[in-house]
Amino acid sequence: MAKSALLEVKGLRAAVAGNEILKGVDLAIRDGEVHAIMGPNGSGKSTLAQVLAGHPAYTVLAGTAKYEGKDLLDMKPEERARAGVFLAFQYPVEIRGITNSYFLRSALNALRRERGEPELDPIDFLQFLEQKLQAIGWDDSMMNRPVNEGFSGGEKKRNEILQLAVLEPRLAILDETDSGLDIDALKTVAATVNQLRIPDRAFLIVTHYQRLLNYIKPDVVHVLADGRIVKTGGPELALELEAKGYDWLRDGVMVS
Amino acid sequence: MAVKSSTVERLVGSYQAWATNGASRVPAWLKDLREGGITRFGDLGFPNMKQEAWRFTSVAPIAETAFELAYPPARVPSFAEIHPFLLGDSGHRLVFVNGFFQRSLSTPASDGVRLESLAQAIANEPDVVRRHLCKYAEFQDRPFCALNTAFVAEGAFVHVPAKVTVAEPIQLLFLTTGGKQVVTHPRNLVVIEREARAAIVETYASLEHDVYWTNAVTEITAGEGAWVDFHRVQRESPRAYHVAATQTHQGRDSTVNLHTVAFGGALARHDIGAVMAGPGGTLILNGLYLLAGAQHADHHTTIDHAADHCESHEYFNGVLDGHSRGVFTGRIIVRPGAQKTDSKQTNNNLLLSTGAHADSQPQLEIYADDVRCTHGSTVGPLDPRALFYLQSRGVGEHEARRLLTYGFAAEILGRMEVAQLRAQLDAIVRGRLAES
Repeated sequence: MAKSALLEVKGLRAAVAGNEILKGVDLAIRDGEVHAIMGPNGSGKSTLAQVLAGHPAYTVLAGTAKYEGKDLLDMKPEERARAGVFLAFQYPVEIRGITNSYFLRSALNALRRERGEPELDPIDFLQFLEQKLQAIGWDDSMMNRPVNEGFSGGEKKRNEILQLAVLEPRLAILDETDSGLDIDALKTVAATVNQLRIPDRAFLIVTHYQRLLNYIKPDVVHVLADGRIVKTGGPELALELEAKGYDWLRDGVMVS
Repeated sequence: MAVKSSTVERLVGSYQAWATNGASRVPAWLKDLREGGITRFGDLGFPNMKQEAWRFTSVAPIAETAFELAYPPARVPSFAEIHPFLLGDSGHRLVFVNGFFQRSLSTPASDGVRLESLAQAIANEPDVVRRHLCKYAEFQDRPFCALNTAFVAEGAFVHVPAKVTVAEPIQLLFLTTGGKQVVTHPRNLVVIEREARAAIVETYASLEHDVYWTNAVTEITAGEGAWVDFHRVQRESPRAYHVAATQTHQGRDSTVNLHTVAFGGALARHDIGAVMAGPGGTLILNGLYLLAGAQHADHHTTIDHAADHCESHEYFNGVLDGHSRGVFTGRIIVRPGAQKTDSKQTNNNLLLSTGAHADSQPQLEIYADDVRCTHGSTVGPLDPRALFYLQSRGVGEHEARRLLTYGFAAEILGRMEVAQLRAQLDAIVRGRLAES
């Protein structure tokens, strides 16, 4: 029995600073699926991730995005998050003076309020956090440092995945989470993501390289070029891209 | 040219009346000190905005108000009234009201630590006082410090003998009350001898929302290997004028952590001077100014690396709302021979409204070649990237703004070791942000 799509994007066009980046994207992701979006630099991969998360710098020109049947594009960023959409940032932001622990508790409580669950006080939260950390086999060394401040590139990316584990979204969008990671960090992050793959959670993995997909096996691979999805296939498409590079894509057209 | 005004003459006159009256029975050295102070103030007059050190701050409101020298309070406040300004019920403390020492509200120190009013100390141990008083806070170019020196009489005296560690923070509380336009000139001397350790909290506050003027000077000297955590909390009345100088002097291998927060005052100017006189010293200057309405706060800091292998870290954050204005000047001098100096300065200003304004000026004067000095400053509204980051995690926009603003203050408060004080200041910050 075919499940209805968790996320259904149709004809999505979006611009930043007057430049149209997305020129009609169609995409459907079902519960439990892992989709990878690959493509050359400037193809619009990160724009798609940002637009789905509601970044105010991007203007939607046309098209629709339905999440759980609701109009995602009509929701504020925080409403999308509370509905279960999570974006792991390509460039996580530093927040001075706020510890990771305080930040995560604020975020988790915002989600819990939405779900009508009681908020966690600092002590309950620490217990909850301990369990989560234990489950993914991480320590709490990042928790009492200000959010991303002074973090190495790898620590910042790990911190995004930690937030993913704590906030338990239904749709997780990973924007170039693999960039800047050495192979060990990449394996750790991938192992954690695999652990967080459950039937009612879907992933949209945006990446420039096939490397990450050696460790996180996607169900569907899309190739984005010049703001459009030009090819969709299975995991073998990623290998093909790795072998051929992106040169065979010109002006958004498959020329091979 | 400094402005001479009738106010200057009136202040000189009030000095003469005071010095020849009740305050006349003092040792000759102290008389000379005072004379030197008033003469210099008479020469300098009030500063004006043509002077580099006062470019952004006009003291006209002070010069144009007829402040009278404070007199003892008609009524001594109750313990309940001063409690909000203290760290809990216990602890060693000195309390001054309108500049006058209040024995009934104060608690003595133990373990050989001297904690008494400066007037007592001048009588009891003139040698220690004479050795240190006015030896650090230079007044030749600082009219307010000269004026304070003219009126040296009362304030806090803290003396921690060598190798003594004071377990609990020492609290110094200066309250102004009574509804009259008075001026006080608190003069404080903190002497931490070699290898001694102490934490001190100096608080300026008011029980009412009156117009008055505090003109305070605090000298802190840390001996070889000494450790001082000095906290300064300015919670004056929102209509008050607060002018102050804090001067530290460090011996070899000593550590001074100087934390300062400015919440109050219509107009506040705080000069912080730190001299690293011996090699191997460590200094942290950690400051926060949280302003709203039409408040104006000017912090003028000077770190003088006079010896080699010293480390200084300076962090000042300003959170400015309404039409407030924050001024920060961070001067760092690295003297010839002060090699291996490691100095870092940051000043970040958060503007919460379009009417708020901040001026930030680093001034580095480096006369040694093997040093590391960095500085950075920012002035601007909340980072929209940070705002989106929080929103993308489910935090609503209003709460996200509050959280980011709080972080600006929390970053500074987080460096303070005295947990009780940190909690108290944290509550004030949260209260202020809830209002905005």
